[in-house]
Parts: sequence; C-alpha cells; structure tokens
Amino acid sequence: MQTDTLTIDAVRDAIASKKTTATELAEAHYKRIAAEDTLIHSYLSLSRERALKKAAEIDTLVAKGDPLPPLAGVPIGIKDVLTMQGAPATAGSKILEGYRPPYDATCVARLEAAGAVLLGKLNCDEFAMGSSNENSAYGPVRNPRATDHVPGGSSGGSAAAVAAGFAVATLGTDTGGSIRQPAAFCGVTGLLPTYGRISRYGLIAFASSLDRVGPLTRSVKDAALLLETLAGHDTMDATSSHQPAPKYTAELAKPASGLRVGVPEEYFGEGLDPEIRAAIEKTISQLEAAGCTVKKVSLPHTRYAVPTYYVIATAEASSNLARFDGVRYGHRAKDATTLSAMYRKSRDEGFGTEVKRRILLGTYVLSAGYYDAYYRKAQQVRMLLTHDFLNAFAEVDVLVAPMTPMPAFKLGEKVDDPLEMYLADIYTVAASLAGICGISVPCGETKAGLPIGVQLLGPHFGEPVLLRAALAVEQAQQAGK
Amino acid sequence: MSNTENVSLEEVRRVAELSNLELTAEEEPRMQHDLNAVLGYIRQLNELDTSSVPPMAQVSEVLGGQVEASAAALRDDVLRASLDRAPVMASAPDANDSFFKVPRVIER
Repeated sequence: MQTDTLTIDAVRDAIASKKTTATELAEAHYKRIAAEDTLIHSYLSLSRERALKKAAEIDTLVAKGDPLPPLAGVPIGIKDVLTMQGAPATAGSKILEGYRPPYDATCVARLEAAGAVLLGKLNCDEFAMGSSNENSAYGPVRNPRATDHVPGGSSGGSAAAVAAGFAVATLGTDTGGSIRQPAAFCGVTGLLPTYGRISRYGLIAFASSLDRVGPLTRSVKDAALLLETLAGHDTMDATSSHQPAPKYTAELAKPASGLRVGVPEEYFGEGLDPEIRAAIEKTISQLEAAGCTVKKVSLPHTRYAVPTYYVIATAEASSNLARFDGVRYGHRAKDATTLSAMYRKSRDEGFGTEVKRRILLGTYVLSAGYYDAYYRKAQQVRMLLTHDFLNAFAEVDVLVAPMTPMPAFKLGEKVDDPLEMYLADIYTVAASLAGICGISVPCGETKAGLPIGVQLLGPHFGEPVLLRAALAVEQAQQAGK
Repeated sequence: MSNTENVSLEEVRRVAELSNLELTAEEEPRMQHDLNAVLGYIRQLNELDTSSVPPMAQVSEVLGGQVEASAAALRDDVLRASLDRAPVMASAPDANDSFFKVPRVIER
C-alpha cells in the first residue's frame, strides 16, 4: 500500500468502505518503517502491541457496522517528549533512557479515544532543544526529501515521518519553532496552536511559558481535524484554556476572500534566501488572487526576538530540568557515594552538550546580580514583541511571512556554532513569545528540490481564520502543480 | 550589563555548581566561549529603553478576559485519584515499595 500520500479522510473512507482494514494499514506502515526508517531514523521506539490492539478494535466496529470515531484507524506517531503509558519516553536524552512513564499525555489519550492508532515515539532534539535534530542522544534524523540534509528540529522525527510515509500525521511540540520549522524543511504542514489551546499534561517540559503541542500533517484539513480532537480545557493542565473550541473543519468551508493579510516587512530583510523570498511573494499574490486584501505592516521589535527567546527559554529550562536528578526516574550515576555527587554525576553523564549549555545560560541569566539585566529585561522586550502583534492584528486578520531564512541545511553544517544555529530561528521565535497561533504550509521548492514553507500567523485563538488562509495557500499550490 | 562584560572561567564553574552540573576540563573553556558569544548577542537588548514596560511572564497577561486570570483558573479543592504508587516507584533507579533510596545525604 502507498502510505506516503494518505490523508485522514482517505484513511477513514478506505476503512469505512472496507477497501482496507485498520490492521492492514498499521502493518503497511510498520513494513515501510522497517524497510526505510533504518536510513531516516525518525522512530525511537514502536508501540506495536498497543497500535494493533487499537486497530483490531476499529476493525471490529467496521465488521459490526457500528459508527466510526473521527480518527478511526488513522496511524499517528508521537514525538518522544510526550508520554504514552508503559512506552519509553526519552525526550531524545540519555538521562531518560529506559524510563517508561506510568500515564498517557492528555493529547495521546484524546487521539486514541478518537480512534487513532498510535504507531510509536518519534526522534527529536534532546529535550526539544535544537533546530536540526542533531542534538538527539540517539542520533540525528535525515530529511526524507534530501537525505544528506537535516529535517529541522526539534520535531524532526515528527516531520520526517509524515514526509516519508511512516505515519499519516504526527504530534510535535513547538517552544521556539519546533513544529513549524521542521514542517517547512520536510515539505509538510505544521500547526502551532495558540498558547493554552491544547493540554500539555504529559509533555516533558522545556520552557513552560512557551511550550505547545501541535500536529504535523499532509494537509490543512488534517491539521484542522487533529486540532478539533485535541483542543479544549483539561483539568490536569491549569494553563489549558477554558475557551470553547470551535469546529475547525466547518470553518474551512468559509472562503478566504475578504481576509485582510498583513506582510511584515521585517521578515523580508537581509539574510533571506532569494528562492524562498520569491516563493513567499508568489504565495502572497495567490492570496490576493483568492480575494484577500494585502497590506504591509510593521513588527518593529522583530530583530530582538531571538535574543529575548534565548534568555527566557533557557531560564525556564534551567528550572524545569532541575528535576532530572537520578532520584525518581532516569539515569543515576553508578559510583557516587554522596547525594550531591550523585546529582552532579548523573546529570553530567545524562545530559548532552546543548542541554548543558542551555542550563548554564539559563542559570546565569537568573543568578543574583544578572536577573534584572537579562531575565527581567527579556520579559520586558517580550511584552514589546507581543504588542507588535496585537497592533498588527488590529489592522489585519493574518500575517504571511517566510518560515525559515534558508532551506534545510546539510547535516553537520552548523553543529559547531551554537549562535549561528540560534540565528536560524529568526522567523519562528517571536510568535512563540507572543503566544499567538501559526502554521507552516508547503509553498514550493528550491531549484535543488528542497521544500519551502510559508508561515501564516493569526491572533490568539484565531485558528479558524488562520486555517482558512492556510487552505487558500494549499489550494493555490495544488492548482499550480 | 555593560557591553564588554565577559564571563570568567570562575563564573562558569560557579554557574555549573548552581546547576548541579560537573563540567570536564575540556568542557569548561568551551562553555565559557559559548556563553560569552551568546550573552554578547543578547546584550543588544540594551538598545531598547524598557523603563516603562512591564515584564511579561505569561501569555495570559496580555489576553485580558480571553484566558482566565490565575485565581479563576484554580480548580475546586476536591479529592481525586492520583497515580498508583507501584509503577511510579518501579521507574526509580533505586527504591523499595514506598521510598526512593539515595546515597548518603550528610557528607561529614
């Protein structure tokens, strides 16, 4: 079976009309993973038993003629920073090697309750810290579209699995771009929901004021379907919003014409790859042709987003990662004779270089004498960056911009220079800091065949309008093929 | 923060100690270099006058009524089931049925 072009609707139709079974579909995915993922390395572990049990349940429903749940038999992969009861949860780190959490993340439980078949856990940068997936302690993921290139990060496995036909959709997480950037690099769709839109219970925390869960899919409609399943308050996560979740797929039926589209000039400055610039400009004219009105807007503090992000994200990480101490779960150093030596040695052996670098940076900016100068300052600039967006959304419904300044780079190309790697996050981190929603949609490829993604941004809880604009981009792409 | 401030090796060691990290002799200068590079870049935030800007710790602070203020977000204080003890203890590197075991705490 051809697994690399299936959408959720296609899976549901095929299962409901008995062209295939959920079990056959799961097996087809496992077969493809066994054959091809040795090269791509997107999965860290497979949850075969659990997946086939769920698939059998769906097949029983079909046999009995019972109504099917919305994601009946849809094979989905889960980023390995989210917990599945009894399955390994490494967060891409040696410090959690062998850990099997005793509960499901809320998003995992909701997918399965909606009929999804959960295939396994996907590779990522260690504790979701990275933009290339080269920081995984279990080895990098390769970009299925160009295997000597990175898939992006930190949800590199999640993006690669969708691109390669190893899952119909996946869950990723986005703290500073970790869903949208790998989606752009691998040529798939990646949705960053509004902060608080999806529960984070069962997400191994990186930076709690920024972390979000979201889907990576092959279509805008699939992203809307998954958001519909996942959105909504969860008593287990006090930061999850009580705002009612609309029926996002119904919103997609509304036309994009009449939407006001803003083009932030700061996202088209120096350093933007010319082929990407051309693809984004073409997308903007397609939106105009679809009946949107386009106007220039300014987000004047954009150039301060990366430095602000690397203060706030590392500060929160240094606090969140204090829990990995070799006491309750994960790695413990063997030869330590005192408690404090055990903490230090366990963490030294368990954490990789980038994680240590961020813990040190975060501890530094929070330490006595530097707190006001760095951490408080960054929080103030975060307010300015957020008001840039609030001001823009007083004038327009959505913003359109490039997702990344360059296409997927080669494995090893940036690994020795952390600052250069951070600078590649220039178009992603401002939306993360502001808590607004966004999406990356494929909008072409470079002459070398590397995918290009366009970024659309919407206001807080503006997913209905965001998804409508994204669908217009997708339809223009398909019409242009 | 002055624009020329540099992190010394001694400060790297102190921050590592605060973080409960043990850096090797090779890691120390590498981390010193990286911290200085990133902090130097971060210091461009000084170009902005933020004296009248309130700090933003959470997204909910800018959303007005859209997201519950912290007090309204609190759940009722009712008894509910938590995780079973057995699988939690089984995840620990060293534990019995009810206690996590650790090396000697008092170091004298």
